[in-house]
Amino acid sequence: MNEVYDISHLLAGVMLVTSFALLYQERIASVLNAFAAQSITLALAVAWAAWSQDRPDLFITALIALTLKGIIIPVALHRTVTRLGIHREVEKVVGVGIALMVGLALTGLAQALLMKVAHGPLSYASEQLALALAIILLGFLMMIVRRNAVTQVVGFMSMENGLILAATGARGMPLVVEVSVAFSVLIALFVFAVFVFRIRERFDTIDIEALDRMRGDRR
Amino acid sequence: MIHETYQFVVLIPYAAALLLVALPGYRTGAIVNVVASGLTFAAGLWLVGGERTVGHYAIVDEFNIVFIAINTLVGFTTSIFSASYIGHEIETGRLPPNFVRFYHAMFQAMMGSMNVALVANNIGVMWVGLEIATLITVVMVGLYRTPQSIEAAWKYFILASVGISLAFFGTILIYLAGQPALGEGVPAMTWSLLEAAAAKMDPAILDLAFIFLLIGYGTKVGLAPLHAWLPDAHAEGPTPISAVLSGLLLNVALYALLRFKMVIAGQPAALDPGPVMITMGLVSLIFAAFMLYQRRDIKRLFAYSSIEHMGLIVFAFGMGGPLANFAGLLHMAMHSLTKSGIFFAVGHIAQAKGTQRIAEITGLSETHPRLAVAFALAVLAICGMPPFGVFASEFLILTTTFAREPWLALLPAFGLLVAFGALLMRLQGTIFGEPTGAAHPVKASFVPIIMHLLLVLTAGIYLPAALVAWFRRAAELLG
Amino acid sequence: MTAEFVIQLLAQGTQMFMVLLVAPLAVGVVRRVKALLMRRQGAPLLQGYRDLSKLLHKESVVADSASWLFRAAPSLIFALTWVAAALVPSFASGLMFNWAADVVALVALLGAARALLALAGMDVGTSFGGLGSSREMMIATLAEPAMMLIVLTLALAAGTTRLAGVADFFIAEPLAVRVSLALSLIALIIVALAENARIPVDNPTTHLELTMVHEAMILEYSGRHLALIEAASYLKLVLYLSLLICLFAPFGMAPATAGLGGWAIGLVAWVAKLLFGAALLGVWEVSIAKMRVFRLPNFVGVAFVFGFLAILLAFLSRGVVE
Repeated sequence: MNEVYDISHLLAGVMLVTSFALLYQERIASVLNAFAAQSITLALAVAWAAWSQDRPDLFITALIALTLKGIIIPVALHRTVTRLGIHREVEKVVGVGIALMVGLALTGLAQALLMKVAHGPLSYASEQLALALAIILLGFLMMIVRRNAVTQVVGFMSMENGLILAATGARGMPLVVEVSVAFSVLIALFVFAVFVFRIRERFDTIDIEALDRMRGDRR
Repeated sequence: MIHETYQFVVLIPYAAALLLVALPGYRTGAIVNVVASGLTFAAGLWLVGGERTVGHYAIVDEFNIVFIAINTLVGFTTSIFSASYIGHEIETGRLPPNFVRFYHAMFQAMMGSMNVALVANNIGVMWVGLEIATLITVVMVGLYRTPQSIEAAWKYFILASVGISLAFFGTILIYLAGQPALGEGVPAMTWSLLEAAAAKMDPAILDLAFIFLLIGYGTKVGLAPLHAWLPDAHAEGPTPISAVLSGLLLNVALYALLRFKMVIAGQPAALDPGPVMITMGLVSLIFAAFMLYQRRDIKRLFAYSSIEHMGLIVFAFGMGGPLANFAGLLHMAMHSLTKSGIFFAVGHIAQAKGTQRIAEITGLSETHPRLAVAFALAVLAICGMPPFGVFASEFLILTTTFAREPWLALLPAFGLLVAFGALLMRLQGTIFGEPTGAAHPVKASFVPIIMHLLLVLTAGIYLPAALVAWFRRAAELLG
Repeated sequence: MTAEFVIQLLAQGTQMFMVLLVAPLAVGVVRRVKALLMRRQGAPLLQGYRDLSKLLHKESVVADSASWLFRAAPSLIFALTWVAAALVPSFASGLMFNWAADVVALVALLGAARALLALAGMDVGTSFGGLGSSREMMIATLAEPAMMLIVLTLALAAGTTRLAGVADFFIAEPLAVRVSLALSLIALIIVALAENARIPVDNPTTHLELTMVHEAMILEYSGRHLALIEAASYLKLVLYLSLLICLFAPFGMAPATAGLGGWAIGLVAWVAKLLFGAALLGVWEVSIAKMRVFRLPNFVGVAFVFGFLAILLAFLSRGVVE
């Protein structure tokens, strides 16, 4: 029994670390890689939960996390970012150091909140829930302190990873698979939206882009 | 399984959404939209008249039937308004016709999702319904594709996602709290069972869950520190969506919050939601009332007015007790009707003047007398002038508060007076004075506005005994 | 004087001797691996010894403006680092000085050595020395709190801050999969990289004024002074590698009661792990680029963040275990 919890906590902990990595990165490409790593870890965590809680339906969620958020979306965003070319550097509202410190405070807050209920029925789930809440809060932080739409969507997706983690941490909770599928559709929609709106911006700033095209050295 | 009535309020909109995606031409689309909304309203009325059932999937009790009735009614009238509004938008070229097909389908899908959230007997399904409705409104806010509307949609999306995830986290916590008493799986997410088993739940988990739910759903209700999305979303989207946002979506979020309050009230050792709700309600009310003075955009102005009224409603429910709950429910109904009526009028005014800036909207009484009268009456109603129903409900809220906590009653009264001044000042500027700027003729549809105003007026003068009894039963369920 | 005491003394002496003996070899391995990966010939493995002996035979040139501190610092730094390195349990955990091998003491010894080095760097008054010192202190202000947090996490897990105790705990307990321990491992690695002036924090092979930190401080040293300082930096590398080994890979380490045979096994295992660790460091240094100095606070800050997270998680999982 203890190994089950140890491994799920380890995976959740790795996800939290990747959340910090998201805040730490200065390049969109690295942000996307960190996000892919987080999604793959989530897939592992969900698969582990599916196996250990004997809930085969969760494998669907794991598979979605792996293929969609671990591979397809990061690759698509990579291509978008490279194609648009202009937004490789992450645009920040506050510096990395401050963001990390705030992130630590939020993690502490998540722990403090769940420590209070770490007894009775929640004693085993509380650590995973605390980690999941920390990931959720760090996702918000990412959405707040990063200006670029791509990084904000990544923040949203990372927050959603935390939600899925929390839901799998609650034993036997129904609807997790459905919610994760719904979320995935939604995310696909918003990634698409980012793609579309960035293209609009490209036309808005037509001067610079025209110059770029005239130079003829781009892609 | 079609014999259950509640299914119609859900199935009709979704079926209509599918149909509308396939239908070309915005005129047929608009007609189908109105017909489908009318049918849904009829189904809603049938539900009101029918028996109250608690099933596996759905719950229809005295409490949520109030919300369903308002929801289907305002959905119906908004669809009528939207037909003329969107027609004008297409003529002026602000919306390309192929967007309108999408718009109509989304409108129906949104109505269906809100009804799902209202009838579901499952906290997870309710969450899903509310979130789908919210995210559809996000897309709708960005419908015009102007930089401002995309920015507003993006801001709305980010703040809504905060609400979404915190509410979901709270939902998980409620599930975990219910799990020991109700076992793993669906039972621990079922409203009716959760309410019954509340006494056996861990109070610490319920406290924590309520905090998350309050922040999560409170964001959608538009409570003060979390309201930032609301004015933008109202101002930049198509006006029918503003009407639905203010009139309905806020209510559905409030419904979720109140349901959870009912669960938590079942465990005496848990935190009392009342004082928290009173505080948040008052902060929203007074903050929004002062913000009204600095608005330059007419839709923003009424968005802040919505925050103010939601604050008052949350305050009333926070006070609790049969009378305050009754007053809260009544005020919610009145606010939905009046505010959507105002947005109908504002939509046509903005089309007539070609702008939403308050400073450029003057002298309506000369250029568009009928519109001006309708607008003036609606604004007077929302200000709480007798004999409109809003006056009755506000009066009821204040007097019940005064009877129990005399000093506390001063704060909402103060907030309402401040808001009253602001709205009246703005109203005077827009109705009277020299008309300036453009004055396009608009084919305004007065039916929905008049319908809403008449309902509000009737409620102010005479409340049928059956309605009072119904609302009273709903108020008692709230505890 | 009992025989046991003599054996104990011998064992401790062996450790002190061994760290000194192995240190240049470990550095040689790092350089050799890097050279091989870059497809260079590279210096022979024993180049570290040759360098030291060459420097020891050379005359030491001291600037006119240098004070006594400049002359005294190398010996002091070497002594402090050597003592610190001798404290870390390497091949056996029950050694004579182990009672003093407190992690806090370790941090204090290394901190003192660092302070001396920074002072010596500024002593001559050249601009590079001051620049190196200030950068070193900037890194230290972040690395040391991180180190203390790591120490605290380990102490929470093992119930003691004595390294031998911690090592014993990890030998006895099958290494549980604990998030907090994994985090403190990463944090410790970052701190070790920063403290040893390794890529990406500092490049030990360059004298580029824009980037150098450690090399800038010792730019004025020559002859035997330089030899001592170089030896101290070799020792520090061995120290951190041993620390990582003793905390996170303690297998093969002889417990306090083991006899000569156990010690022999422990010794072989330790040297093998040490050289393996050095090789890994070489691979790491080749595969990553030096960071801009402005990014350094963030990088070392990560160690702090991880240390902090480790503490938080350690508290949380304690709640579960009980």
